[in-house]
Amino acid sequence: MAETVHPPISPPATAALSLRGVRVVFGDFVAVDDVDLEVRPREFLCLLGPSGCGKSTLLALMAGFAAPSGGSIEMGGEPITGPGPELGVVFQSSDALFDWLTVADNIAFGPRMRGMSKAERAPIVDEHLRLVGLAGAAGKRPPQLSGGMRQRVQIARVLANSPDIVLMDEPFGALDAQTRTVMQRELDRIWRERQSTVVFVTHDIDEALILSDRIAVMTAGPEAGIKSVYDVTLPRPRDEDTKSYVDLRHRIREDIAVEVVKSLGDRS
Amino acid sequence: MSLVATEQRRTVRKAGYSVISLVAGIALWQLAAWYFGPGLVSSPGTTLQAAIDLTKDGTLIESCLVSLRRILIGWASGIVVGVPLGILMGRVQAIRVLLDPYIEFFRFIPPIAFVTVAIAWFGIGETSKVVLIFYTSVFIITINTIAGVLAINESKLRAAESLGAGKRQTLVSVVLPATIPHVVTGARLALGNSFLTIVSAEIVAAQTGLGSLIWTSRNYGRIDWIFVGIIALGILGYLCDRAIRLIARASLRHYNVKV
Repeated sequence: MAETVHPPISPPATAALSLRGVRVVFGDFVAVDDVDLEVRPREFLCLLGPSGCGKSTLLALMAGFAAPSGGSIEMGGEPITGPGPELGVVFQSSDALFDWLTVADNIAFGPRMRGMSKAERAPIVDEHLRLVGLAGAAGKRPPQLSGGMRQRVQIARVLANSPDIVLMDEPFGALDAQTRTVMQRELDRIWRERQSTVVFVTHDIDEALILSDRIAVMTAGPEAGIKSVYDVTLPRPRDEDTKSYVDLRHRIREDIAVEVVKSLGDRS
Repeated sequence: MSLVATEQRRTVRKAGYSVISLVAGIALWQLAAWYFGPGLVSSPGTTLQAAIDLTKDGTLIESCLVSLRRILIGWASGIVVGVPLGILMGRVQAIRVLLDPYIEFFRFIPPIAFVTVAIAWFGIGETSKVVLIFYTSVFIITINTIAGVLAINESKLRAAESLGAGKRQTLVSVVLPATIPHVVTGARLALGNSFLTIVSAEIVAAQTGLGSLIWTSRNYGRIDWIFVGIIALGILGYLCDRAIRLIARASLRHYNVKV
């Protein structure tokens, strides 16, 4: 078997990030209810679920942009009190880039804010420009770049800041299908090079299967939670034509389809 | 070749239209002068002669320079105070709540209402005029800056925080540069306001300046001089706006300034 399904709670010895009983309430509306999740060190974890299920809300909590209404989120045993350089975030929209800065200066932003000198920053910037394949675009500014290139800048900007955990909120969601596929393969390569701890939000099953060590499937909101967690032990880079890949995709799809039907049923 | 040629033809045609429009405007002015007579409308010829006379005796150039100096000092002070104020009001809820009522109160009171008190408080010298120009500039710049701060995409601010920027670093390195297009718009509007205000500021107790020229001419019944003063104001304003746009385009082009 290429994967196993187990209950959501599976605490390893030391978690990079652990969510316990997390609840998010907006007024009377319970968006997320009772989420338990452990992010293991150096794993690539996908949060997969239908749109509107609260996966981006969960990610915003992990990034420290908001506090949960209930429960706790801890990083290395300490509660998260707010955003900071240890929690890198790649946003869905490239509006998050600084349009007035060059690509190189965008990548240098984090190290500059943390007080590194220009000489200290230069090798970091060069390394990350190369890592994401943008060495030729160092002097350009984000508005001059394609959507795929802008997301490469976002990824390089976060990695250059050496965060403990990288949080990615549907970073390829606004890209066309071809660029998207290329970017997924690129990110897989970058991850294998870096082995950072990544939490990646997506609604695309193939994206999750290409990138993840584990996939946490979410139930449809309201009162969204984690339905099941799949271990993906297929060898990287993932081959979409193997039987085990196809079987796993089939099972996850069924799992999600139930939730989509449920969410549609709620609305009618 | 054809693209360049088309571009050149277009430029020539645009210039042609401008000339036609200018000639038609002067013709209409001449007609109005004939119709209403020299007591009401000074003709283009008379006005040109008056302009030549006023230039020769140095009055016109001096008036322009004096008014321009007051406008630039007052307007620049408006930017120096208005931009930081707008950024702080845009970012800090407490400051916004504290200052908003005053901004919303004073921005509806025209500077002309303050001419007398300005002279009483700041004397008949340069200060009172500069203060009035500052007054007419600062609110419009502050309000535009606030609008710019509030229009910043939330993800930019979140990205800055997640990359380790502190509050002050975020203000200087993200909020300020992201707000520049709105600041430029505010500065241009404020400059227009400054030209509207300079005449009021120079009504009373000013011996020099275009406003003073216009008001003194009134006492002598020299409508041709009034026309010279009015046209000089318009041309000066136009040139100043062109200068701002050129400078902004050259120095701020990376900040998404479209002028």
